Amino acid sequence: MAKISLIVNGNPVTANVDPRTLLVQFLRENLRLTGTHVGCDTSQCGACVVHLDGKAVKSCTTLAVMADGHSVTTIEGLAADGAPLHPMQEAFREHHGLQCGFCTPGMIMTAVDLVHRKGHDLSDHTIREELEGNLCRCTGYQNIVESIAAGAKAMGNSDLT
Amino acid sequence: MYEFKYHRPATVRQAANILLKNEDAKLIAGGHTLLPVMKQRLAAPPHLVDLSHVEGLDGIEIKGRSLVIGATAKHADVAASAIVGEAIPALAELASLIGDPAVRHKGTIGGSLANNDPTADYPAAVLALGATIVTNKRKLKPEEFFQGLFTTALEPDEIITKVSFPIPKKAAYIKFRNQASRYALVGVFVAKRPSDVRVTVTGAGSEGVFRVTAFEEALKKRFSPKALDGIHVDADGLNSDLHGSAEYRAHLIGVLAKRAVEAANAKPEKELPEPDPTQPSVG
Ligand SMILES: Cc1cc2nc3c(=O)[nH]c(=O)nc-3n(C[C@H](O)[C@H](O)[C@H](O)COP(=O)(O)OP(=O)(O)OC[C@H]3O[C@@H](n4cnc5c(N)ncnc54)[C@H](O)[C@@H]3O)c2cc1C
Ligand code: FES
Ligand code: FES
Repeated sequence: MAKISLIVNGNPVTANVDPRTLLVQFLRENLRLTGTHVGCDTSQCGACVVHLDGKAVKSCTTLAVMADGHSVTTIEGLAADGAPLHPMQEAFREHHGLQCGFCTPGMIMTAVDLVHRKGHDLSDHTIREELEGNLCRCTGYQNIVESIAAGAKAMGNSDLT
Repeated sequence: MYEFKYHRPATVRQAANILLKNEDAKLIAGGHTLLPVMKQRLAAPPHLVDLSHVEGLDGIEIKGRSLVIGATAKHADVAASAIVGEAIPALAELASLIGDPAVRHKGTIGGSLANNDPTADYPAAVLALGATIVTNKRKLKPEEFFQGLFTTALEPDEIITKVSFPIPKKAAYIKFRNQASRYALVGVFVAKRPSDVRVTVTGAGSEGVFRVTAFEEALKKRFSPKALDGIHVDADGLNSDLHGSAEYRAHLIGVLAKRAVEAANAKPEKELPEPDPTQPSVG
C-alpha cells in the first residue's frame, strides 16, 4: 500500500491505496465522488476527465499515486452544493448540451480547461478540435458546441473560474 | 491491472539503480502508453519507476544552435512553448497534433520516443531534424536509436534524459490522421537543414519511421513542391490494413510531402551558418 495526500475539490485528503488504483477508482470508490464517469476505460472517451493541478487529464489513465501531492478538481468541485451552478454547467442546461448525461461531466471539465487555455471567445472550429478526446453517443455534438461557446462567454462575467 | 511495487526516485541515478536492481522494472512518465497496456494485461511490470518527481528533466532551452527538450516535457508544454515556437515552429505544431488535450497534458516526449510506436509523431521529427537522443549513458543518433516496431537501442536500465534538435532553416509536419485512433495514418516531416534536406515518414512503414531519399535529393536541388512531381514512393514494405492499403499510403506520402514543403516555404527561412564539424551539437 502507498500513502497519498492530495487536495480534492479544495479539501485535503489522505489515504492508503494499492499503487495500481486508478485516480478515477480512487475518486469514485474511496471518496464516493461518482460524478466522474468511466465510459471506455481505454483512454478514448473523456468521460473521466478531471483537472489535475488545473489541467484536464483522463483519470482512467492516471494512477492515484501519481496525484499524490497534487490538487484534483472534479465536476462536484466546480460549484458548491446548493449554490448556483458553474456557468459552464448552466450553459449545458440552458442549451440542452446533453441527453443521457453520461459524457457530460467530462465534457464540462474539458470545456472549462479549454476556456482557461484559450479564453472566452471560442469559435465552433476551435471547440470541435478541442473535443477530440471526448465522445458523446447521444447528442451529435451540435448542442454541446453551442453550450461550450455560451459557457465560455458566461465564465467571463462570473466569479467562478 | 496486475499488482506492482511503485518507486518514486528523485534523481536519474536513483531511477537507474532501481531499474538495475529489479528485473523487468519499467519506467513510467506520462503513463499514456504504459497504463493502457497494463490495464489490458499485455504488460505486467512488477516494479514501476515514476520519473515525474525527478527534478529538472522537463526543461526546454536553446543551447548553441540546438533546441534541447527534457525527456519528461509534456506534449502540451512543447506545443505551447514560446522557445519551441521560435526555434522550430514545426515541432510545436507536431506536438499540438498528438492525441487530444488531455493526452497532451500527460504524455511526454521521452515516453513517446522510448515506445517507438510506428504511428507516433515525434519519431518523424527526430529523424528529419537529425536530433540526438541523450540518455544517462550515452548520446544516440536517430539511425541508431530507432530499431523497428516498438524497438529502440535503449538498454533495460537506460533512461532518456533529453533530446537535442539542431535548428533547421525551415521545417513542417503534415499529419493525415487515422479516423479512428487519431494517430498518424501517414505523417510526413520535411526539414531544410543548413547542409541538406530530409524527408521522413511515420505511420506508413512496417518497420517504423523512415526517410525518403528520392524526395530529399530532388528537394535539395529545388525546395519546392514541384520538385516532387513524377517521383513515386514504392508501396513495397508499407503497411496495409483496414484503414488503408500500401498503395494508398504510398500515394499519401507524395501528397503530404508536397503539402509539407509548401507549409515550410510559407515560413520565413532562418539564417544559419553551415554547421561547424568541430563543434558537437549536444549541450
Ligand atoms: C487516446 C490517445 C491518443 C494518442 N494519440 C497519439 C498520437 O496521435 N500521436 C502520438 O505520437 N502519440 C499518441 N498517443 C501516445 C502518447 O503520445 C503517449 O503519451 C506517448 O506515446 C508515451 O508517453 P508517456 O510519457 O505517456 O509514456 P509512458 O506511457 O509513461 O511510457 C511509455 C514507455 O516509455 C518508457 N519510458 C518513458 N519515459 C522514458 C524515458 N525517459 N527513458 C526511457 N524510457 C522511458 C516506459 O517505460 C514505457 O515503456 C496517444 C495516447 C492516447 C492514450
Ligand atoms: S473512461 Fe477515461 S477516457 Fe474513457
Ligand atoms: S449525452 Fe449521452 S453520451 Fe453524451
